[in-house]
Amino acid sequence: MKPSPVGYSRPHSVAEAVQALASLGPEAKVLAGGQSLVPLMSLRLARPEHLVDINRLTELGYIDISGSNVTVGALTRHAGLLASTAAGRAQPLLAHALRCVAHPAIRNRGTTVGSLVHADPAGEMPAVLALLGGSVRVASGRGDRVIEAADFFLGPLESALEPDELAVEARFPVLAPAAGTGFAEVSRRRGDYAICGVAVLASLTDDGSSIRQAAAAYLSVGPVPVVLDLTDAVAAQPAGDRAASYAGVRELAAQHLRPEGDIHATAAYRRQLAGVLTERALRQAVAAAAARIGGGRS
Amino acid sequence: MTGEELHEVALTVNGTARTARVPARRLLSDCIRHDLGLTGTHVGCEHGVCGACTVLLDGAPVRSCLLLAVSADGCDITTVEGLAAGDGTLSPVQQAFAECHGLQCGFCTPGFLTTITAGLKANPEPDDEQAREMVGGNLCRCTGYQNIVASVHRAAELTRAAGLAPRPGAPA
Amino acid sequence: MSSLFGARVQRVEDDRLIRGRGAYLDDLGADALAAAFVRSPYAHARITGIDVSAALEVEGVAAIYTHADLPDRLGQPLPLLIPHPDLTHGRTPYPLAKEEVNHVGEAVAMVVAADRYLAEDAADLVDVSYAELPAVVGIEAAREAADLVHPDVPGNRAANSVQEHGDAAAVIAAAPRRLELDLHIERSASTPLEGRGVLARWDEHAGQLRLWTSTQTSTGVRAAVAARLGLALTDVDVITPDVGGGFGVKIVHPWPEEVLVPWAARLLGRPVKFTEDRREHFIASAHERAQLHHVTVGFDDDGRIRGLSVRFWHDNGAYVPYGLIVPIVTSTQLLGPYKPDAYRVEFDSLYTNTVLVTPYRGAGRPHGCFVMERTIDAIAAELGLDRTVVRERNFIQPGEMPYDQGLMFQDGRPLSYDSGDYPALLAKLKQLIGWDEFAARKQAAAAAGRRLGIGLACYVEGTGVGPYEGGHVLVETSGKVKVATGLTTQGQGHQTVLAQLVADELGVPLGDIEVVTGDTRRFGYAVGTFASRTAVMSGSAVTLAARKAREKALRVAANALEVSADDLVIEDGIVHVKGDPDAGMSLGTVAVLSNPLRYAFDEAAAAATQFAGGGDLTRPPVAEDDEPGIEGRAYFSPVRSTFASGMHAAIVATDPDTAEVTILRYCVVHDCGRLINPRIVEGQIHGGVAQGVAGALYERMAYDEYGQLQNASFMDFLMPYVSEVPRQIEIDHLETPSPLNPLGVKGAGEAGVIPGAAVLAAAIEDAEGIAITSMPISPSDLFELRRGAGA
Repeated sequence: MKPSPVGYSRPHSVAEAVQALASLGPEAKVLAGGQSLVPLMSLRLARPEHLVDINRLTELGYIDISGSNVTVGALTRHAGLLASTAAGRAQPLLAHALRCVAHPAIRNRGTTVGSLVHADPAGEMPAVLALLGGSVRVASGRGDRVIEAADFFLGPLESALEPDELAVEARFPVLAPAAGTGFAEVSRRRGDYAICGVAVLASLTDDGSSIRQAAAAYLSVGPVPVVLDLTDAVAAQPAGDRAASYAGVRELAAQHLRPEGDIHATAAYRRQLAGVLTERALRQAVAAAAARIGGGRS
Repeated sequence: MTGEELHEVALTVNGTARTARVPARRLLSDCIRHDLGLTGTHVGCEHGVCGACTVLLDGAPVRSCLLLAVSADGCDITTVEGLAAGDGTLSPVQQAFAECHGLQCGFCTPGFLTTITAGLKANPEPDDEQAREMVGGNLCRCTGYQNIVASVHRAAELTRAAGLAPRPGAPA
Repeated sequence: MSSLFGARVQRVEDDRLIRGRGAYLDDLGADALAAAFVRSPYAHARITGIDVSAALEVEGVAAIYTHADLPDRLGQPLPLLIPHPDLTHGRTPYPLAKEEVNHVGEAVAMVVAADRYLAEDAADLVDVSYAELPAVVGIEAAREAADLVHPDVPGNRAANSVQEHGDAAAVIAAAPRRLELDLHIERSASTPLEGRGVLARWDEHAGQLRLWTSTQTSTGVRAAVAARLGLALTDVDVITPDVGGGFGVKIVHPWPEEVLVPWAARLLGRPVKFTEDRREHFIASAHERAQLHHVTVGFDDDGRIRGLSVRFWHDNGAYVPYGLIVPIVTSTQLLGPYKPDAYRVEFDSLYTNTVLVTPYRGAGRPHGCFVMERTIDAIAAELGLDRTVVRERNFIQPGEMPYDQGLMFQDGRPLSYDSGDYPALLAKLKQLIGWDEFAARKQAAAAAGRRLGIGLACYVEGTGVGPYEGGHVLVETSGKVKVATGLTTQGQGHQTVLAQLVADELGVPLGDIEVVTGDTRRFGYAVGTFASRTAVMSGSAVTLAARKAREKALRVAANALEVSADDLVIEDGIVHVKGDPDAGMSLGTVAVLSNPLRYAFDEAAAAATQFAGGGDLTRPPVAEDDEPGIEGRAYFSPVRSTFASGMHAAIVATDPDTAEVTILRYCVVHDCGRLINPRIVEGQIHGGVAQGVAGALYERMAYDEYGQLQNASFMDFLMPYVSEVPRQIEIDHLETPSPLNPLGVKGAGEAGVIPGAAVLAAAIEDAEGIAITSMPISPSDLFELRRGAGA
C-alpha cells in the first residue's frame, strides 16, 4: 500500500501557502498532520496531484485564550491542545473530547484544525465545534473569511472550504460561568472511532439549583455532527440531585436521531447508545456546572 | 525510483546526521528502513493502527507509516536502534522486556520500546492504569499484553534504580 | 549444574530482537526487485481480457506476468496438500488466475519492478476485463447452491464426511431426554503482525535457488517449489528468517507468490522479493473459523450424554489446498474430555467465493469446543443442574486412560487419549475462580443493579502430531554446540527451549548452545510448526540427538583419558571423572580428538594429528561403524498424538444500558504434561487467551453479499489492544506427563485460544439469561438479542 506519485511543496508563509493552492488548483491538498490523509493516500483512495505541506508554518502553532474563545492555530497538534492547562480551564470540553481521539501517537502529529477540515462525522472535534458554536477562519488569495460551525460541515468528509482555501485557525467559545460540559462515547476498542458519541453543554440557573438550558452534539449518528437542543426535556430539572432522572433526554434523542447501521452496530443500537450517552454526558455537564458554581470559579 | 522529482531530506537519526533523496510520496517508515538501512522499525499495517512503525520524532512517538519522509526533513528521529547506550548497554526499557518475557516474535516490539521510552520520560512512575494507557495504542498478537504491561513497570523500576529518572521539576 | 528442564530461563532470542537487529523477510534483499500483484476486485468472475501494455510503460518495471506466460508445470493448479478419501471435489488455485477468479484478492498478474511503489503504479495500469458471475457468500448460500463456485462441484460440496462410533440415532431416540441446538461461529483469521513475504536468489552458475520465506514449513516449501520449478531438492535451499508471528496462516504452502517469485528471479537473473501488505493479507492469505452446527443430543436425568449427533457445514472458502484438516479436527476434538455412549458427526465442507480457509490457532478445536460446551450447558439448564456437575458426570476418568474415542484423528491415527486427569483439572478451576461462591456474589451484584455471569469450558487437544521431526547436535572444536531442527519458529522461543534440553543432556552452559530452526541447509528432513508439536517432536528429537553426541563424547574422552566411560560426567562443558574435576578435558578438545587429522589448522588441532601420540595403533583411526566428529542425529516419530487438556472460567459483567461486556476475571487451568520453560508456556497461554477473547467479542470477517470484505484493515477488523484483553489471566497448572515421548511433554501453543468463545458465551448467557448460540458477540449483537427476547 504505497501512495501514488504526488508533487510537493513546502511554503514558508501563509501567503505562500494560499498562493500555491490558488495556482495548483483543486487537485492540490493541504498536508498538516497527515493522520487521515496519508493512510488514504497509501490505500490509493486519495490521489492528490500535489501536496502543500504546511508543517513549516510554525507561526500557526498557537493556542490563544481570550475572554470569549480558545483559538487554535492550524498547526497546533491535538497533543499540544490536550496538554494545555489554560485551554483545559477555559473550555474543559476540549480536553475531555481530545482524550478520546485515537491514540497518543496519532495525537502527537494530528492537528485539531485538520480534523475539523477532514469533517469526519465520526470525529470528536467536529461535534465539539458544532456544540459550542465555534468557527473556523480560512485564508485564500481572495482574502480571509470566517465560517461558523453551523455552516462548516456539509457532508461526510466534506467541509465548506473551497479548494483554494487554507484553514488557519479554529475558535472554540470558552465555558460560561454557570455552565458545564460532558462527553461520553462508546467505541468497539479503546481509541477507535466511536459507534456513538455525545458532547453536552449545560447551563444552570445562577444559584445552581436547576438546569436552565442544555444542548448535545452527536458523532457517528449522521452525515454531519448533529446538534440537539435538550432544553425542553430538562429545563427546571434539579441540578444538585444525583438521583434526578434525565430520562426525558433519551426519548428526545431517540425521536430526533436517525443513525444508520454498519458492520459494527445496528441503527437501533446506535439510537439506544445515543439516548444512554446523552443522559450520561448530561449528568457530567450538570455536575461540572454545579461544581463550578460551588467552587466560585469564574 | 526513476522519473519522479526527488527531494533532499536531512534527518538526525539516533544522534547521527543522515540524508536521503526521495520522492515526495516516500513514507518515513520506508525511508528509515530502506533508504537509511535501519530495519529495526517494522511495518505492520501502513494505516496507522498497529504502531509497529512507531519512532520518536523530536522525542514524541509518531507512526512513521503516516508521515512522508519529506515532511520530517530537519527533524530528530529516534528508532529502536538508538535506544541502547553507545557501549551497547541495553536501556532500562529493553532490559525490562528481556526480563519480563515481554516479546515473543518481536515484530511489534520496536514500536513498544520507543513508545514506552518516551512514555516513561513523561511519566516515570506510572500506576497500572497509566502503564496500560501508555501501551494502549500498539497492537501485539503474540503476548496478550500481560508481560508487556509488566515490562512497563519493571522498566520504571530499573530506570529509578539506575538513577536515570528525571527529578521532579528537572527538564526532561 | 542444576537442570534447566522446568527453569524459567530468559530467552536467548531476545537480545537481538530488542536491539532492532531482527532479520525478518522484508529486512533482507535490499538489492532485490519488488513484486506486486494485480488482484481480482470481484468475488466471482470470468477473465475476458488482460492488457498490460500501459503498465509496461511505467519506468522501472522489469516484467509483468499473467497465466499465459507460465510454463506448463507452473501453470497447473497448486498442490492439494492433504488429500483425503472424503475430499472428492478438491480444488486449488492457479498461481495466477487462468480463466476465472473465485475470491476478491485472487492473484491475476504479477508485476516486478525496481521497488514496490513503482510496482504498484504499474499494477494500477494493468487493465483486466471481467465478466461478473454470481458470488456465493456464506454457509447458507453455499448449502442452498442456487449458484456454484466451481461449475463442476455440485452443491458446492468439496467433501462430505462421516465418523461415528455406536449407533447415535438409535441411542438418542431411546434416551430419556433430548435437545436440539443450532450453533454458529463466524469467520476470523490469524492476522500476525507480519504478513507473508518471499525473497528469491537464483544462482545461474550453480543452477541453484535460495529462497527465504516467512513460513511455518521450510521443507514443505522446498519440496513444493522444487516440484513446480522442475528442480532437484538438492538445488533448492529454503531459509526461514525471523518470522513476525504465524498462528497457522503461514503453514499453507506454496503460496502463489512462493512459486512465482523464484521463477521470476530465475527468468530475470535478479533477486526478487515480495512483501505482502496488510490489505493483501486480508484478501489473499487465509481465514478460518466459519461453521454452522446442528446438534441433537440424548441424555438421561443425571445429565449423562447417551448419544450425540452433530451435523455441520464448514465454509472452506474458494479453494481447499489444506484439505479437510480443520473440519476433521472439529469433528474429533468436539468430544473434549467426555465419553458419550454413541457419537456421530457428519460435515459438508463447502465452497464459497471468499478467501480460502486453512488452520488458525486451534484449527477447528475452538468450533468443536464451542459446540460441545454449549450443548453441555444446555443440558444443565434443562435439568436445573450445576454446569460443573454435569461435566463431572460425563468426564473420562483418569483410570480409563488410554481412552479410545473410536474415531480417526487428523494425523490419520486413532483418536486415543493417552493421559489426563479431568476431574483434577475441574477441581483446580473451581477453586481458582471461586465457582461455588459465585452465586452469592451474583445475587449481591444484582441487588446493586449489576449483571454478572460466570462460565466455564473444557477442551482436549491432540498435540505433537506426526509424522516426525529430527534434530542434529554438533559439538565444535571451540566447545560451542550447534543444534538444528527442521521445523520453524514464529516467536515461541524454540531457540531457548531446545537449548535448555541440549544443555541438560550434554552438560553444556546454555550460552554455548546455538539453535537454528527452519533452514533446509542445516536440517533437511522436517514437517513444520503447527498443531502444538515443537516441544514434543523437536524437543524429543534434539534430546535424543544430544544423547548420541554425549555418548560419543564420553567414548572418545574415555579413550583419551584411559578411563571407563561410566566413570565420566560432563559439567559446564568439561568432561571429567566423577568427583575429580581436574581429571578431564573440555568438550571442545574431545571434538578435536574425535576427528583424526593430517593437518593441524590451529594449535588446538595439533592434538589430533598423526604424530601427536596416543590411540590404539592396531586399529584404524576411524572405526568401521563410526564417524569423525562429535555429532548426533536423531528422529522422533510417535505412534500417535499426545493429548493435552485444559479448562477456562470467566466472570463477566454486562452493562444493562450499553450491552458492553467487561471481563472481570479470567482463569485458566491447563495440563500440557511437563513444562520445559514455564515462562514461555505462560506466554503462549496469554497470547492464546487474547485471541480467544478477541474471537469471542471482537473479531470477524465481514463479507457482504457480493463477496466484498468490508473490514479488510486493522481499522475495522478489531484485533484487540491491551484495553480489550483481561487485565489479568490467572493460571494454574496440572501435569500429567505424556507416556508417548521421552520428555513427558505435551504441546501448549494453541491451548489458550481453544475455549475462548465457549467460556465467554457461557458467562454472558449466565449474566443475561438469554441463549447465546452465535459467536462472536458484540454489544450491538447483545442489544439485539435482548430486544428479541423482550428484555
